[in-house]
Amino acid sequence: MTLAATRRKPSLRGDGLGTVLLFLPPALLVFTIFVVLPIGEASWFSLFDWNGYGSPQHFVALRNYVRLLAFVPFRTALLNNLLVIAISLCIQIPVAIGAASLLSGPGRLTVVMRLILFLPYILAEVAAGLIWRFVFDGNFGLVAVAARELGMNAPFMLADPDLARVALMVVVTWKYFGFHMMLVLAGLQGIDPELRQAARMDGATGAQIFRHVTLPLLRPTLRVSVFFAVIGSLQLFDIVMPLTAGGPGNATQTMATFLYNFGITRMKIGFGSAVGVVLFLISATFSIVYNRWVPGER
Amino acid sequence: MSADARDRTGYAIACAGLVVLALFVLVPLLATALGGLKTLGALRSDPFGFPLHPRWGNYGGILAGGRYWRLLGNSLLIASVVTAITVVLAAMAAFVLAHLHFFGREMLASYLMLGLMFPAATAILPLFIQVRDLGLLDTYAGLILAEVAFALSMSILLFRNFFRQLPVELFEAARMDGCSYARIFVSITLPLCRPIVTTVAIITFVSSWNNYMLPLILLDTPSRYPWPLGVMDYQGQYSTEWQLVLAFITLTILPAILVFVLAQKQIVAGLTAGAVKG
Repeated sequence: MTLAATRRKPSLRGDGLGTVLLFLPPALLVFTIFVVLPIGEASWFSLFDWNGYGSPQHFVALRNYVRLLAFVPFRTALLNNLLVIAISLCIQIPVAIGAASLLSGPGRLTVVMRLILFLPYILAEVAAGLIWRFVFDGNFGLVAVAARELGMNAPFMLADPDLARVALMVVVTWKYFGFHMMLVLAGLQGIDPELRQAARMDGATGAQIFRHVTLPLLRPTLRVSVFFAVIGSLQLFDIVMPLTAGGPGNATQTMATFLYNFGITRMKIGFGSAVGVVLFLISATFSIVYNRWVPGER
Repeated sequence: MSADARDRTGYAIACAGLVVLALFVLVPLLATALGGLKTLGALRSDPFGFPLHPRWGNYGGILAGGRYWRLLGNSLLIASVVTAITVVLAAMAAFVLAHLHFFGREMLASYLMLGLMFPAATAILPLFIQVRDLGLLDTYAGLILAEVAFALSMSILLFRNFFRQLPVELFEAARMDGCSYARIFVSITLPLCRPIVTTVAIITFVSSWNNYMLPLILLDTPSRYPWPLGVMDYQGQYSTEWQLVLAFITLTILPAILVFVLAQKQIVAGLTAGAVKG
């Protein structure tokens, strides 16, 4: 809306202005105080060495960032976030597409199956993390018992850095693929079934129809799916805390758990804020670039 | 092999894959629920099997104690208030942003959408300082306002998109009749927007019910904890007695599963609408 257009159509006659002043400020105020100000403050605090008491005095310029980027646990955390993104895009979404195309029809069994596969998504991350902590437990867990049955040594998956990372990827997949499946199902419902019938009449195989008809039409859905997979992967926190708390030896830290473990529990506000700013810059850059360069329609 | 036969073989393999996927989802959940009925020894020797001598006492003890009910009560209180405030604030803001023309409207709308661009984790440290300086640390007021703030962007977006689809003639006619905007909001918009209220309420309630990070940072007193913090506490306390922890986990996720089974249509639609319409 341009200024000129606004002038030509002044619709704040009568009680318009009053309504704006009554309806908008509550949301603006809460949002500003609890979301925007903290983000702004994070970039300010990140320039100080500060324990959170009094006011920040010890200005260190960009030293927190330099330390952060050289700090091995943070690099591990960053890599873990990238790994989660890769797993989400290369395993979760393809599995979701596969499951959705098999479950797009009517029928009671399909509906029940869909709900089962969606179930992990509605459960709290904390519960998912704890359940899988049990599954991977070296003494009582399902994986350990299965290994013993097969005559192998029971692995303590969560005590081994590499296995713990694998475990985390398994849990992330378990928790979120159902969400992507539902998105794809919604997308499939928007596709005219006649298109597929027409392709079949022309002699296309199931695989060809999927590749050349269904997949291109799912593009807008997949665009949304990928966006949520990336943003969700970047903020991974709730699953990691009950599962490994970032251990063993920081092997499964993510940027968010790193921020919590090194910033908040040690009250290193400056250092922790720098982590927040890095996480913000990555997320915001991704959002902007993605929304600008990956078009929704065709 | 003909194309048709290949299609059929492929289909069979795919269906087998689905069954494996369903087992992957269900086995951990069932093992958790059944594990809560076992002794520690039985858990170690046979975690998959059905317990021959179910120990209902594991569950009974938790249900008889006050801890479980208090955690659920706290969560219910927090999530209900967060949902109510979010719906009201978001609907009001979205109404103005959808129906009134004023200078800076699009800028304000974009500003309120900022929350969609980054995760809450980025701001938790200064948020902690902010809430502390407001004197709201370890209070429900602080936690609830913070949760509302982080729910606003998505909610306003959903409401605004919905309001924009309502026919303009409706409002123009009402204005001709001398109806105030506030009156239009209450008597015309709100009654028409029940579906979107349901969607926003479901998204907000579920995310508050499951929220772990914000209460972890903003609350201190265990008696005020919502259940995700409480179940972590419980696990820390009884970490050597998995059977009790499993029973506790099962009971805490039970309400979510029950509600999901009863209202699956609305919940699936609600939780995916946020992504699709946003």
